[in-house]
Amino acid sequence: MKYESQKIAYAYFAVAMALFVIQVLGGLLAGLIYVSPNFLSELLPFNIVRMLHTNALIVWLILGFFGAAYFLIPEEAEREIHSPKLAYLQLIILVVGTLGVVLTYTFNLFEGNWLLGKEGREFLEQPKWVKAGIVVAALIFLYNVSMTVLKGKKTAISNILLLGLWGLALLFLFAFYNPGNLALDKQYWWYVVHLWVEGVWELIMASILAYLMLKLTGVDREIVEKWLYVIVAAALFSGILGTGHHYYWIGTPAYWQWIGSIFSSLEVIPFFAMMAFAFVMVWKGRRDHPNKAALLWSLGCATLAFFGAGVWGFLHTLHGVNYYTHGTQITAAHGHLAFYGAYVCLNLAIFSYAMPILKNRDPYNQVLNMGSFWLMTSGMVFMTFVLTFGGTVQTHMQRVIGDYFMDVQDQIAIFYWMRFGSGVVVVLGALLFVYSIWVPRKEVIEPGAAETPAE
Amino acid sequence: MSDASLIDELPGELLMWVLIISELLVFGAGLAAFMGVRLTDPAGFAEAQSHLHRTGAAFNTAVLVTSGYLAAQALRWRQVARRVPARIALISAALLGVVFLIIKGTEYADKAAQGINYETHPFFLFYYLLTGFHAAHVLAGVGILLLVSWRDDARNIEVGAQFWHMVDLVWIMLFPVIYLLG
Repeated sequence: MKYESQKIAYAYFAVAMALFVIQVLGGLLAGLIYVSPNFLSELLPFNIVRMLHTNALIVWLILGFFGAAYFLIPEEAEREIHSPKLAYLQLIILVVGTLGVVLTYTFNLFEGNWLLGKEGREFLEQPKWVKAGIVVAALIFLYNVSMTVLKGKKTAISNILLLGLWGLALLFLFAFYNPGNLALDKQYWWYVVHLWVEGVWELIMASILAYLMLKLTGVDREIVEKWLYVIVAAALFSGILGTGHHYYWIGTPAYWQWIGSIFSSLEVIPFFAMMAFAFVMVWKGRRDHPNKAALLWSLGCATLAFFGAGVWGFLHTLHGVNYYTHGTQITAAHGHLAFYGAYVCLNLAIFSYAMPILKNRDPYNQVLNMGSFWLMTSGMVFMTFVLTFGGTVQTHMQRVIGDYFMDVQDQIAIFYWMRFGSGVVVVLGALLFVYSIWVPRKEVIEPGAAETPAE
Repeated sequence: MSDASLIDELPGELLMWVLIISELLVFGAGLAAFMGVRLTDPAGFAEAQSHLHRTGAAFNTAVLVTSGYLAAQALRWRQVARRVPARIALISAALLGVVFLIIKGTEYADKAAQGINYETHPFFLFYYLLTGFHAAHVLAGVGILLLVSWRDDARNIEVGAQFWHMVDLVWIMLFPVIYLLG
């Protein structure tokens, strides 16, 4: 650790990992409710569990991004973070807000209250005071990192990371607009979520991956930057109008069907480019960095993002296909692998790289961490296949033949059981990851020992 | 670094090439979709097409190609340090872009007067999407040409001409498929 203020990332990563565990446990619970629908139905209804599962995901990913920014910006800008105090204040605001959301929903506090209660929306559902808190925290963050970069060295990596983070914060402002018309509500919802995950978050992803590649492979910065610009251009070109693929059936004009189909098909390109980038950098790299776990997560991130976001997204993005598959388990399959590949693996990659440095144990205990990669990834890939097959059967029975929704659900129960099983594996993998980061104090297997028996 | 040297040999700006390839993919996919949907209703598409102004569009083709020639000529002049003719060529190219937009605008106005819009027939949905996106690029191109006539570094002019030729090329693909194909 070159700069003292990089330590801020430690607190962010710790909270992010705690929420990660809550998120996957919530997912496991939701998976159980799928196969045993009355489980906890009075105490914690499915809609609340689902909301916790998806919102906890978004919150911990963003906390991870903030932590990653506090970790890598001092190194890129070659100076300390402008104000570590503000950075911790920002984290406290976000944690209080998150707890506020969880308590408000679980116990339905302050029902009907404009400021303190639920808004009654399917998405972008936080009490107003929490939304305001998020904006204040985001402003503190942007002020803090922008001041650091403005006073320090400006690199392509930090510029693109900042562009992505500014976009993330500004687009959230659409969450305040709550029209009575449900179609309009959805239209603006996608301004936030689509333009996040298929727009500005891709900039964050590309810049963090570029940073990791720079550190792990030792390739020249100039080459990394050229790739970075091309990836970012391709991501924004396809991603912004690609929003149209959410506007097929919500009451928006028909031309969105073609705009959405064509532009969102091109969204595969930046993900393919990120995968190509990661592998080309590793092949070209001269440095044999000892942190193999961070490299594994980085390559896994680029590969699984290509398949989860790119291939599985393209699978149902054309409106002629989506007419049948919309809202089936095909969507769930894509959602799981895309978020896991692109953003979960990205965060776990930067955690795996940064945590040993932050704890002054560089590098240690890579074996358990790598084991958690394979456990979590195989669980998630199996879940994706199961949901894809289940979704295909569901699409045919429900949308082609026209069977009743609940009859079809009974027919595909076997897939939900297998999904629950793969969910157990993912949770075990996640727990193993957290354990491997925090608990062991020395290498489980000494470097080099693993290769000896094979020779 | 074999791939890096290959990329370095490209004239103009790498990111502009990324944009050009992306645009060609979008318009290519749009035209392919148009042809595909046309197969489902050849008679309806032919009837709808008869409402278009072929002469105006043919004239517009000549306008854009001439404008493209002027942009290319501007770069050649600038490279031999003839800044004034280069600037005049760029501004003329931009003005021809404006001429294109005026002719296109009268065609749109005429359609509107006939009560034709993007919901009239699938043909017109594609007509408005493809020519509308293209017209937006012409507008952007006019701005870019004026910008590089002001900041008239040879490298800037090359990038501007790169963009303008793409706009040209896209129109040359759109014109026969949308207006002429019988």
